[in-house]
Amino acid sequence: MSKYGRHFTIVGLLTIVSTFLVDRLLEGVLYFPEAASTQAGITDNLFNLHLRLISFFFSLIVVFIVYSVVVFRQRGGEEKDGDYFHGNTPLEITWTVLPIFIVIWLGILGTNDLRAMVAPQENEMTVNVIGRQWSWSFEYPDTGIQSTEMVLPKGQPVVAKMRSEDVIHSFFVPEFRVKQDIVPGHITEIRFTPTKVGTYKLRCAELCGLRHATMLADIRVVEQSEYDAWVKEQQGTGKEDAAALGAKVAQLQGCIACHSTDGSTLVGPTWKGLYGEEVELEDGTKVTADDEYLRTAIVDPNSQIVSGFLANLMPTDFGDKLSDEDINNVIAYIKSLK
Amino acid sequence: MSLFSLGLMRGIVGQVVGFIVGMALTMIIRVAMGLPAWEPEPVWVVGALVSVMGFLLAVGALDDWMQWIVGKETPLRHGPPKDKPAWTRYFSVDYNHKVIGVQYTVLGIIMLMAGGTFALAFRTELLAAGMQFLGMDLFNNFIGLHGIVMIVAILLGIGGMANYLVPLMLGAEDMAFPRLNALGFWFNVPAGILVLGSLALGGWDAGWTGYPPLSARGPIGYQFFFIGVYFVGLSSIVGSTNLLVTILRMRPKGMSLFRMPIFCWAVFATSLIQLTATQLIGLSFLMVLVERALGMGFFDPGVATSLMTGGGDPILFQHLFWFYSHPAVYIFILPGLGIIGELLPVFSRKPLFGYKWVALSSMAIALLGFIVWGHHMFVSGYNPNLRIPFMISTLFVAVPTGVKFFSWVGTIWGGNLRFPTPMLFVLGAISVFLIGGLSGPMLGTVPTDIPLHDTYFVVGHFHATMFGGFVFPFFAALYYWYPKVTGRMYNETLGKIHFWLMTPAFWVQTLGQMTAGVMGMRRRIADYDPLLGNGEITTVHLLITLAGFAIAFGVVLMVYNFLHSAEVGKVAGANPWRSRSPEWQIPSPVPEHSYASPLVVVGEPYDYGLPGSTYVRLAASGDD
Repeated sequence: MSKYGRHFTIVGLLTIVSTFLVDRLLEGVLYFPEAASTQAGITDNLFNLHLRLISFFFSLIVVFIVYSVVVFRQRGGEEKDGDYFHGNTPLEITWTVLPIFIVIWLGILGTNDLRAMVAPQENEMTVNVIGRQWSWSFEYPDTGIQSTEMVLPKGQPVVAKMRSEDVIHSFFVPEFRVKQDIVPGHITEIRFTPTKVGTYKLRCAELCGLRHATMLADIRVVEQSEYDAWVKEQQGTGKEDAAALGAKVAQLQGCIACHSTDGSTLVGPTWKGLYGEEVELEDGTKVTADDEYLRTAIVDPNSQIVSGFLANLMPTDFGDKLSDEDINNVIAYIKSLK
Repeated sequence: MSLFSLGLMRGIVGQVVGFIVGMALTMIIRVAMGLPAWEPEPVWVVGALVSVMGFLLAVGALDDWMQWIVGKETPLRHGPPKDKPAWTRYFSVDYNHKVIGVQYTVLGIIMLMAGGTFALAFRTELLAAGMQFLGMDLFNNFIGLHGIVMIVAILLGIGGMANYLVPLMLGAEDMAFPRLNALGFWFNVPAGILVLGSLALGGWDAGWTGYPPLSARGPIGYQFFFIGVYFVGLSSIVGSTNLLVTILRMRPKGMSLFRMPIFCWAVFATSLIQLTATQLIGLSFLMVLVERALGMGFFDPGVATSLMTGGGDPILFQHLFWFYSHPAVYIFILPGLGIIGELLPVFSRKPLFGYKWVALSSMAIALLGFIVWGHHMFVSGYNPNLRIPFMISTLFVAVPTGVKFFSWVGTIWGGNLRFPTPMLFVLGAISVFLIGGLSGPMLGTVPTDIPLHDTYFVVGHFHATMFGGFVFPFFAALYYWYPKVTGRMYNETLGKIHFWLMTPAFWVQTLGQMTAGVMGMRRRIADYDPLLGNGEITTVHLLITLAGFAIAFGVVLMVYNFLHSAEVGKVAGANPWRSRSPEWQIPSPVPEHSYASPLVVVGEPYDYGLPGSTYVRLAASGDD
């Protein structure tokens, strides 16, 4: 193989140059959003290491091929054959064994990083996350707060305990670099520590039906003082009227993911101006949307499908999940949407 | 000649009749049981099952077996039909492996174009943020259809290459079981009709993975999808059995396993996976089918909102599903990698570097493929400690894959390289598969997989592996063996335009998809946040969409090239590529019975550059 000595030297040098160029290119096109959790730092380091390895191996193969294409191409229509050799066993053993060490090394790095990412912290705050088609809500067991946005103090380790009310969803915040499926019948956990003040989007990452793309919620990371103020504000209410309470129930239960309050048509009929109107059902009968009709529509939705909408989409268990008072408040809220 | 002299037309009528019979039967039984006659789930499901039987009976795929039941002898039919034009054999049941190979390949290309059309539709929708013209329901349907139609297309393409080439490469007159071979092909037609027909019954909106509980509650379209996949799976199982037996039992004198053409090794490895893993996807979909039709809650945990009875677990489905669907990826790529190994020596005029290492690396990939399925489930909620062994086993796939790359480089190094269209597509395949392969370890290590899982990064990764491992090598094979199949040469200029259009476009597409994924764009969303990537996401989508259209245009060009050149292409001769492989030592197009006399292997398959040597010769009369 000594006849290739000069070729190997050139290819070696080109591979080194190419490795740097490819790494630059990849770092230019593959960029994460800003890192906003302690987990993100760990992931990004490993990601950058991968980019360097990719740049090297990509260059190694591509430089050899491009060089061969240029140097060993057929010239002037000569129909002759190439050099005759069948292989090289030491070389084969080298490029089998060396990668084995590399993948084991990567496996160890990955294991250590994973441990660091999921390790329980001492002063964790628990937040319960509820996912459903196609909305999120959050419960803070320590303070009893329920909310449709997740508010977190900066630097506070969080463990989210997550459950689904219908199909599989997935908790994904790109800036935190965390993701965990939420599986009906299971409670899944995810840990992260937000490190930057800001508003981020929680995005459902598992296809969950029609409006999966819009299954989003806000995560607000704030300073501790602002968080305390928010807790106080959430707990301080209690003298609200029925419609305001009903609005809150409608948000937390995800009603408004499918029923708009502004007259637009989503998956279900809009609530705006609904109360007191005459509604045409699927079977052609007409009913007036009074308290009685609305109550039935909430607890037994498939019995009175409005013409033009689909059956079997709305959950059928609101009669069990909601108290009479909750349902009355929701009806009061619908009534208020003129 | 009436239209119904074509088996295909009779089959379609048979499928419609099957539907009517199956549905009527179910309704009669329901009435007899005192139930209302109409209940969509059971009536449509039984109708669809019987419809497949109707198609197979009417097309004639079961004829000989039916005859055997009543004790009649049926000699194997040979040659074109006597009372009809010769071309009609391609639309009817025919036992010749070369006809079946062409049937598989052509149907594969048709499905490839159908799947591509779905992709173009939703790519256009994604051109800009906001909903344009598709609507979320249709979008969610199209992504699933794109996925499964492409998978069927790939399986058909592999079936086409393997059926046409393996017996020729082994010097065999046909496959081990010609009747089973025909049945294996014809399963795909009614199955394809069901999968595409699902759109008419509400479609299915859970993506090709069909995870329950979502897939357990959607429209009837799901059942058609499940049944269609089930029969495509049956085709895989009978086809792979046939190939394994053919490769093990029908090699000619002197062809030890390590003297087979390398493509046969690839098909052998692929068939091993197909034979042993396909059952699991059939099973997983069948269980959802039964869950829906009969209320058996296999995957239903019994949450309060469910209509079902509970007792199951959604994560179980994912284990069953990925136990096939990860090895399936290797089913898709191994034959393509075999094509690369087959063509490189011919166009480099050099022996394949490290034959045994390349052959055994296919086996290593196939076997490793069975113990890595858990990497699809790193965030699924299964035992989190299992992520570590699955991470390590997954990373190990890089080792045999690396051996293949290094051996390809060793093959062209020091050669005398020529670059007709097939060679260009082989080099394109290597470049694209390299992108797919190298983006793999990133998804293998759990910490980096977590933010990338279910994002466009994964989309970019697997499109690169599918294009590099199947589409590019498949196109290389089409151009390469086109003269052998038709006897005429394709148009080289059009072939090169196709290549130079498609390859850079694909690089842009796959890198663009990875970029979108790293920015945080999720998979399977009908609409996206225009602020991702500091607002660059819209440009990225514009590029991906334009690239998609360029690729589609290239494919149309290829199809035009093939149809046109079949008429006007210049006569190719027996061996335009100066290949050593057996199929090039006989006339083009290949005669009905391929080889006039048995094949004898007298040398190594890839000894280009060894003066005076050949791989095979035809036995002279009197030879034993």
